[in-house]
Amino acid sequence: MSLDQFVATDKKATRDGFGAGLQELGNTNPNVVALCADLVGSLKMQKFIAEHPDRFFQVGIAEANMMGIAAGLATAGKIPYTGTFANFSTGRVYDQIRQSIAYSHKNVKVCASHAGLTLGEDGATHQILEDIGLMQMLPGFTVINPCDFNQTKAATIAIADHDGPVYLRFGRPGWPVFMPADQPFEIGKAIHMNAGTDVSIFATGHMVWFAVEAARELSKTGVSVDLINIHTIKPLDRAAVLSSVQKTGCAVVAEEHQLLGGLGSAISQVLVQEHPAPMEFVAVQDSFGESGKPTQLLDKYGLGVENIIAQAKKVMARKAG
Amino acid sequence: MPEIQELERIASQVRRDIIRQTHYAGSGHPGGSLGCADLLTALYFEIMEHDANFQMDGKNQDVFFLSNGHISPVFYSVLARSGYFGVEELTSFRNINSRLQGHPTTHEGLPGVRIASGSLGQGMSVAIGVALAKKLDQDQHTVYCLTGDGELQEGQVWEAAMFAAHHKVDNLVVIVDWNGKQIDGETDDVMSLGDLHAKWNAFGWQITEMDGNNMQEVVTTLQKVKGQAGQEKPQVILMKTEMGYPIDFMVGTHKWHGVAPNAEQTENALSQLEETLGDYTYNPDYIHDSLKDH
Repeated sequence: MSLDQFVATDKKATRDGFGAGLQELGNTNPNVVALCADLVGSLKMQKFIAEHPDRFFQVGIAEANMMGIAAGLATAGKIPYTGTFANFSTGRVYDQIRQSIAYSHKNVKVCASHAGLTLGEDGATHQILEDIGLMQMLPGFTVINPCDFNQTKAATIAIADHDGPVYLRFGRPGWPVFMPADQPFEIGKAIHMNAGTDVSIFATGHMVWFAVEAARELSKTGVSVDLINIHTIKPLDRAAVLSSVQKTGCAVVAEEHQLLGGLGSAISQVLVQEHPAPMEFVAVQDSFGESGKPTQLLDKYGLGVENIIAQAKKVMARKAG
Repeated sequence: MPEIQELERIASQVRRDIIRQTHYAGSGHPGGSLGCADLLTALYFEIMEHDANFQMDGKNQDVFFLSNGHISPVFYSVLARSGYFGVEELTSFRNINSRLQGHPTTHEGLPGVRIASGSLGQGMSVAIGVALAKKLDQDQHTVYCLTGDGELQEGQVWEAAMFAAHHKVDNLVVIVDWNGKQIDGETDDVMSLGDLHAKWNAFGWQITEMDGNNMQEVVTTLQKVKGQAGQEKPQVILMKTEMGYPIDFMVGTHKWHGVAPNAEQTENALSQLEETLGDYTYNPDYIHDSLKDH
C-alpha cells in the first residue's frame, strides 16, 4: 500500500459507522441484541431498533445495570452490544465490566462513542482520555479503536464473530473517510498503510488520518514514513510493530488518549523487550480536556498534524544521535 | 417429590457442609450461608427444573443466580449435593488451585456457576439479562436471584428494580435474604433499609413475604410465586431468616457473617446438625483434575 491510496472521499462520523454495522448485523446475525442507556440518537442505533424492536433494550440512564443485563444476555447465548458514551462505558462501570463481563468471560461488546477530546463542547466531564488504558488492563478483553466510518462499520460487524468481550471505541465528529468500504477487518492485525524506511508512525482512531497527512508532508521533504494503522490495541500486532521498527529504527505513536496507559505505552513495552529504539509520542500529557471545537481541542492539546511531523523529526534526530 | 422432612434432612447436611468448609478453610462466611440453606435446598431439590449436566446458557431450565456471592459455601454444597460436581471437591473451598473460589466464579469452570459474584449489587442485572433472553427464545422457565438485604444499599439494585418493572420482566423472582445484619452490624444501624415493602411496591414489584427458615413455608411460598409468573410484574420475596440458623451460638448476632468456626466451635455446631447424606472427606491436598496442570 502507499499513501496515494488514502484519499478522503467524504466526511462521516465513526459513530455512524457503528450504526451502519449494527444495522447490517441485525439482518445477518439473529443472536445480536442491543442495549442503550438513553443515547440512542448519539449512538446511531435507530435503524437497528426500527428493524428489530424486540432485540433492543432501552435501559434508561443506568449504565451499571446495562452492563449486568448484557452479561446475562451473553450467558444465555445472545451477543449483546451496549451503547453509550465512552466515559459511561468504562470508568463509570469499571467494576461491573470487570466482574460480570471480563472475569466471567462474557461475550459482550462494549461499544463506546464520543471518546476523547473530539467530543468537543460538552467538556472534560464527558471527554474520557483514560479508557484505552482501563480496558486493555482487563484480562481477556479485546480493545479496538477504528479510524474512520468504513473501518468502524467493518469492526462492528467483525466483532460479532469473536467469542469474548470487546471494547469498541469510536467518536462523535464528522471525520474524513479514507479506508476502503469493502475492507476485511481482522482483529489484531495492523494495517500497513505506507512502506518507508526513515521513521515508523503508529496511529490509532482519529489520529490515523492526521498521520496520513503528516506522512504526506514529510515525504515532500524526503522523509520516508512507515505508516501503521493500529485499529486493535489489544491484542497488539507485535509482529507489525517489530518489523517496522527493525527497519526504521525509531517510532512515533499518535493517539487521542492519555500518554499513560494507551497505545504508546503498549508499543513501548514491546520495543523495550524486543527491540529498544527511540520513541516519541503524540498524546495528551496528563491533563483533562475542556470545552471547544474538536479541531481547536486537538490543536491546543498537541494532537495535530504538525505535532506528528515535529515528533517524527525529533525522533529521527535522536536516532541520528 | 421429596417430602418436607426429606428436604429438611438435605438442608441439615448442607449446613454441616457449610460449617466444615469454612472451618477447614479458616475463613469464609458461615452466617448468611446457614440462614439461606433452606431456600437453596428447596430451590435445587424441589422447585427448580434444572440439569446437573451443566450448560452455561441454561436454556429450557430454571436458572439461579447468587448475587451475594460471599455465601458461596451454601451454593457449593447445594450444587455438589445435587450432582453438579462431586461432594469430595467441597474440601478444596478457598484453597489454592481450586474451582471453589472464595466467591463464586466461572473462571475455573465450576459447573453450576454462571457469573462471578461477590462485588455486591450486580446479580439482579445479570438475572434480568437471562430472563430477557428466555423471553426472546420463548422459554417459559423462571430465573431466580438471591440478594442480601445489606446488598440493597447498592444503587445498581434499584436500577435493576426499575428496569424489571418497566420492561415487565415477569419470569424473574428475586429473593431478599432479610436477616437484618451485615458485616459491620445491624442494617438498622449501618444503613437502614427503611420500609422494604413500600420500596419494592413503589418500584412496581409483586411482593411476597416468607419465613426462610421454615421449610414448609419456603416450599409453599416458592410454589405459589412460581405460579404467579407471567403476570407482567417481576416478583420479590422478602425472606426473613436468622443469620447462623440454627446453631445456638451463632444466631442473634452479626458476628458470624465472615468468621470461620474453630475446632471446638465446629464440633459444637456439628453436634447440632444431623449427618444425613454423609460428610465429605477432608483432604487438604485435593486438586480437581482440570486444574492439575496449572
